[in-house]
Amino acid sequence: MKKLLLSALIFIFSAFLPVSGNFLLAADVEINNVSYDPTRELYDEFNGVFEAKYKADTGKTLEVVQSHGGSSKQARTVIEGNEADVVTLALAIDITEIEKAGLIKPGWQKEFPHNSAPYTSTIVFLVRKGNPKNIHDWDDLIREGVGVITPNPKTSGGARWNYLAAWAFADRKFNHDEAKVKQFLKEIFEHVLVLDTGARGSTNTFVANGQGDVLLAWENEAYLALEEAPGKFEIVSPPLSILAEPPVAIVDAYVDKKGTREVATEYLNYLYTPEGQRIAGKHFYRPSDPAIAEEFKDQFQLKMELVTIDDPLFGGWEKAQAKHFNDGGVFDQIYTR
Amino acid sequence: MAELSFSRENKWLRRLLIMVSFVFITVMLILPLVQVLAQVWDFGFKNFWEAVTDEYTLKALKLSILTMISAVTLNTLFGLAAAWAITRFRFWGKGLLITLIDIPFAVSPVIAGLVFIMTFGRLGWTYPFLEAHDIKIVFATPGLVLATIFVTFPFVAREIIPVLLSRGTDEEEAAMLLGSGFFQLFRRVTFPHLKWALLYGIILCTARALGEFGAVSVVSGHLRGKTNTLPLHIEILFREYHTAQSFSAAAILVAAAILILVFRNILEHVSEKDREF
Amino acid sequence: MSYLSIIVLIPMISLAVESSGLGVRGFWDTVTDTRTLIACRVSFLCSLAGALVNAVFGLILAWVITRYRFPLRRLIDGLIELPFALPTAVAGISLTVLTTDNGWLGKPVFDLFGIRIAYTQLGIILAITFITIPFVVRSIQPVLEQLSRDYEDAGLLLGAGRTRVFFQIVLPEIKPALLTGFSLAFARGLGEYGSVIFIAGNIPFQTEIAPLVIMSKLEQFNYDQATAVAVLMLFFSFTIMFFVNRLQAKISRFTGEH
Repeated sequence: MKKLLLSALIFIFSAFLPVSGNFLLAADVEINNVSYDPTRELYDEFNGVFEAKYKADTGKTLEVVQSHGGSSKQARTVIEGNEADVVTLALAIDITEIEKAGLIKPGWQKEFPHNSAPYTSTIVFLVRKGNPKNIHDWDDLIREGVGVITPNPKTSGGARWNYLAAWAFADRKFNHDEAKVKQFLKEIFEHVLVLDTGARGSTNTFVANGQGDVLLAWENEAYLALEEAPGKFEIVSPPLSILAEPPVAIVDAYVDKKGTREVATEYLNYLYTPEGQRIAGKHFYRPSDPAIAEEFKDQFQLKMELVTIDDPLFGGWEKAQAKHFNDGGVFDQIYTR
Repeated sequence: MAELSFSRENKWLRRLLIMVSFVFITVMLILPLVQVLAQVWDFGFKNFWEAVTDEYTLKALKLSILTMISAVTLNTLFGLAAAWAITRFRFWGKGLLITLIDIPFAVSPVIAGLVFIMTFGRLGWTYPFLEAHDIKIVFATPGLVLATIFVTFPFVAREIIPVLLSRGTDEEEAAMLLGSGFFQLFRRVTFPHLKWALLYGIILCTARALGEFGAVSVVSGHLRGKTNTLPLHIEILFREYHTAQSFSAAAILVAAAILILVFRNILEHVSEKDREF
Repeated sequence: MSYLSIIVLIPMISLAVESSGLGVRGFWDTVTDTRTLIACRVSFLCSLAGALVNAVFGLILAWVITRYRFPLRRLIDGLIELPFALPTAVAGISLTVLTTDNGWLGKPVFDLFGIRIAYTQLGIILAITFITIPFVVRSIQPVLEQLSRDYEDAGLLLGAGRTRVFFQIVLPEIKPALLTGFSLAFARGLGEYGSVIFIAGNIPFQTEIAPLVIMSKLEQFNYDQATAVAVLMLFFSFTIMFFVNRLQAKISRFTGEH
């Protein structure tokens, strides 16, 4: 019995040791980048480049600690006390919530170029190889026998873009007749077979579990899905879609507390350099700098017409969120009994 | 070991029950397990090795083990004390205590995490105090430990209580009358009976602590290499379209579960030998 | 006691305080919303079904493991904890792959009976059953191991039928443990999110579970309403726990006397 206790104790301490050992190797400067997924690959590469550059410029070692998760969940952790120096999230509204909590100063969206969005994306269709259901545009989705996979707009930021892109299309098609637009959206969601909570869940449902005929997805995620299952799927870019701008911001309250404002600003600015832009393009995000975007014209269909969230049709994220996605909003009305 | 008459006479019943068990286990446990392993197999050994030796996977594993050990140790001590108090003493508020022990089971893990955020986070009412003393609980290791403790809190107590109840107190009273002290009493009379229950409790607690996702996910902040436990790491890998690495890392947890099983079997074996003397 | 209050009580108070921000009216409106109620009903019925399945099979498993010696017994015994060790996301994904209409399990079932498992309530029940297997088995097992076989043998010698011995001697002894296991499984199923979310289709009014409603309210940064639904769920499971504890206390009073 005693021997058992003793060995248990030794085991406990040996487990503690390596963890405390990490503190000794800590970098001179450390910043936290609270991001969403799937930006891991992008920031893995970008952080490496930036850390090297920082070392060359200042002689100090920098460590960028990454955090990934659902965008609004990540925003919540920052509000709740997760001390992020910079946030790089999926939706402007998530950063606005942090602003409302008093951690980021108003006007953050003007702090960096292109609405503080160093890279953009859009919503595309992922279909099975050869496009057997012949899906090319939004109204193909409501054809008889087409099964649609999209995540739930209530729980997924990406799904809100899907929904709004479809709305923009219908608004054009039905000449601003909102009753008909709603009916169109209702029909689309009647074709939805599974409503996963996140974009990744939907991709898995579509790719691994073989459900449905078309997946509505972020362009960059569609590319990641292609990479995972080569030769089985193809991307269809509809003529009209929405411009998704994943914004970045400095969390003022935390950088002032920690004294990291300077390095955090430099970090985000570096995303806008040609080098940063190319890394974004390499990881399937559309570079915001038109010149660099042109370099990727074989990869992205640059001729799509992209509506922005600030279009009068939506009037910015805050309005769109309140009208469509909050409890009792248009989306809830689609699903009534 | 001699079969008792009860079950020996019941060949067909015995066979039926064993068969039912096998079918149930196969459908409910083995198939999912094989599914996981088959996926890992499909991805190939190279992928597996890369995922398992990845810097962040290892850090996540270390963190998971650390939280697991802290939680299990504390919960075992508490579980023993609570179970003892509940079954052996009468006191005011006992009914409440019993129900309180069960709360963590009743609460969705996500909510469990949320309540810690509401308590110790920036919006919580203890935050000014914590901030003034520069203590970080949530989004740091203490928060992970707390959340894990909360979720696995009832296991030990819950396993022991039924045994203590069904044993009754006769033997202990006899020992007491014969003049044995509390620790002697506990070690010689009570402990041998609840040894198995305690062990099961600890094993359940360990397995659950290692695999806990929901509550920990809420209080973690997902800082890679800092507050990312292995289950969180696995989830993130999956969401980053690294299904291969994700399932490989999950295989580590499965291996851990099997290790725990082996460890328990050894213990069981040793103690069976003990009994023969 | 103080350990308990730090770990359990303080957070619970925070929860109550947070949801009280809504006021009685707001709280009532939130929890009586049709969609919320239906999601709660789905959660409630599916966890009940899962817990019942486990009560039956858990009892059989515990009995077989403790009473019989046969090949692979140790293996079965060891596998019981598997659901705890698998991260919920991995469990959810694997179960889904397994049970879609082209999965190993889903295909034969679909071909033979025309029943879909994944993305239906059946899938939710399956996931909940999987997650809560250890509760019932591991609650009963220690009691069965402790249970002296003398009573059973005596009963048999005295000419009682096996069925009678089981129901009158064995069952009363393991009833508290069985009840504990059942209620734990039930309560856990009610709150399970991580694995169910993959296998449930999450279609409102059909396969939307209560924890998902809480999550979607959180996604809207609506802490008050999220905690209100949480309090409602808590109330459900607490009532069940309390009821079972009372029952258990009653039973142990009886058994404590012989």
